[in-house]
Amino acid sequence: MTPLGWIFMLASNLFVWGLTFVCFYWVLTTPSATEHMESTLDIDTHLRDL
Amino acid sequence: MSQKQEWGTRLGVILAVAGSAVGLGNFLRFPGQAAANGGGAFMIPYFCALLFLGIPIGWAEWTMGRYGGRKGLHSAPSILGVFGRGRVFRYIGVIGVLIPLAVSFYYTYIEAWCLGYCWQYLSGGIGIQVGAPVEEQTAIAAKFYNDFTGRGENGVIAGGSIQTFVFWLITFTVNIWLVFRGISKGIEKFVSWAMPMMAVCALIVLIRVLTLGTPDPANPEGNVVNGLAYMWNPDFSKLFDSQTWLAAAGQIFFSLSVGFGVIINYASYMKRNDDVVLSGLTASATNELFEVGFGGMITLTASFIFLGTANMIGAVQGGTFGLGFTTLPVVFAHMGWFGNVIGAIWFFMLFLAAITSSISMYQPSLAFFEESLGWTRKQATVLMVSICIFGSFLVMYYSVGGIFWSTIDDWVGTFLIFILAMVQIIAFSWIFGIKKGLEEAHQGAQMRIGPFYAFIMKYVTPLYLLVVFVAFCIQYLPGWLKQVADEPLRQGALALVGGTALLLVICTAIGERRWRAAGLDIDGKLPPSEGKGGRT
Repeated sequence: MTPLGWIFMLASNLFVWGLTFVCFYWVLTTPSATEHMESTLDIDTHLRDL
Repeated sequence: MSQKQEWGTRLGVILAVAGSAVGLGNFLRFPGQAAANGGGAFMIPYFCALLFLGIPIGWAEWTMGRYGGRKGLHSAPSILGVFGRGRVFRYIGVIGVLIPLAVSFYYTYIEAWCLGYCWQYLSGGIGIQVGAPVEEQTAIAAKFYNDFTGRGENGVIAGGSIQTFVFWLITFTVNIWLVFRGISKGIEKFVSWAMPMMAVCALIVLIRVLTLGTPDPANPEGNVVNGLAYMWNPDFSKLFDSQTWLAAAGQIFFSLSVGFGVIINYASYMKRNDDVVLSGLTASATNELFEVGFGGMITLTASFIFLGTANMIGAVQGGTFGLGFTTLPVVFAHMGWFGNVIGAIWFFMLFLAAITSSISMYQPSLAFFEESLGWTRKQATVLMVSICIFGSFLVMYYSVGGIFWSTIDDWVGTFLIFILAMVQIIAFSWIFGIKKGLEEAHQGAQMRIGPFYAFIMKYVTPLYLLVVFVAFCIQYLPGWLKQVADEPLRQGALALVGGTALLLVICTAIGERRWRAAGLDIDGKLPPSEGKGGRT
């Protein structure tokens, strides 16, 4: 295996493994916008306190 | 109208799209293409195509699908009608249902081979004698492959390959059952364990291959490092050959399932603020991991170690199926008793790769029949299953040389994909407008598509696609046309495709009347929140 062969193999693998890892990490650790949305019933307007 | 369906989790839709993209081509086609087109140097045009072709078209499809879903639309004809602002794009969008439906006619049949081979390895292998010369072993593997798949003569259903039909029946039934159960309970639930299981199988095989060392001391050249060198040593002269760039673009294009009509359907079941940008990128990255990280490291490395340079040229020229079903069984036979275990794991992994793709082929047509005809899921399933059984039986009966199904693969699974991808990117970037399109994509997005990509998606991707398509037509079309003119089996295959397309056009016409009558904004005149059937 030539040095360039090693470089292409390692760089390509590093890229795809790294990209997949980063993407999944981001997906799994950040709540989606939909999960942040509050339905009307969830919003406490404190009307009962008046 | 059908009952409302949607994805349970964001991870579910990502795994479903990734599962749709990861197929046999990741493990079998990619290594052959890379080795024949410059080895490591092939990765330069390959990653260029990923960044400028695959990912941008993918983002466009995800965005169009989610936008259509908010208007209550779930099929390529109705959604492209919205983005193309009218009837022309709606009818061209029929291609987005035709492709997955027609490809499913033969894909499930090939999927059944994987299951059948897995079964064979669990029951002791396919009869290759370990001590025999490689040529003899290859001949036995080729004979088994021809008999099992019916390539030798027509009539795999009625002939000696009845077991193939049984495996097809099992495979088809499982597919339909999963799709019938629905998006969340069927497809999402299945891919949630099938994708990790596939990754585990691939890891087991990868570790086994990378730890093979020099299995035969009498043949010191047959070692892991030389096997990797065969795949990865770069030949930069190939970069000056247009064929290399065409092969790289084609590989990315077909591998990512863009222009297939699947992503647009899957994304239509997302909620209005579900992220599409990071999800699209994650699904593409997962596909690349299976293709480069597993396919690029396993298949040719293992083949080289046991077969040597002399037999590798034939193995690569044997193409996807020659490599997978003739060469690799010979390789497994050289691994001793453990070879049967690795063979079973390998073909089970291919089966999982295939089934996660095939379920994505049934869902778009099922959604289309529900949507256009106003039928229940049960009625739509009956119609779809009838069409698929008819198409698949023809594929299995006219099995000689794989001519019938490879004709569908050429014209539908290759040629029409280019057309649909071009239509999609033009509808998104030019008719709907790239500015508006990216605004829509950024709704709920966890990462932004930079302004650089606006330029890419508007100018570079369509031009890149056009150049690749023209080069593709110049290279392949004359030969394909001659083959069709000369061979009745190919004419029959195209007649099947034409008949299916006609049925889908009629359904679209019926659907168009129904959608208008229901007040749906099928010509894209209103923002999504003002159209009926909106999903919030």
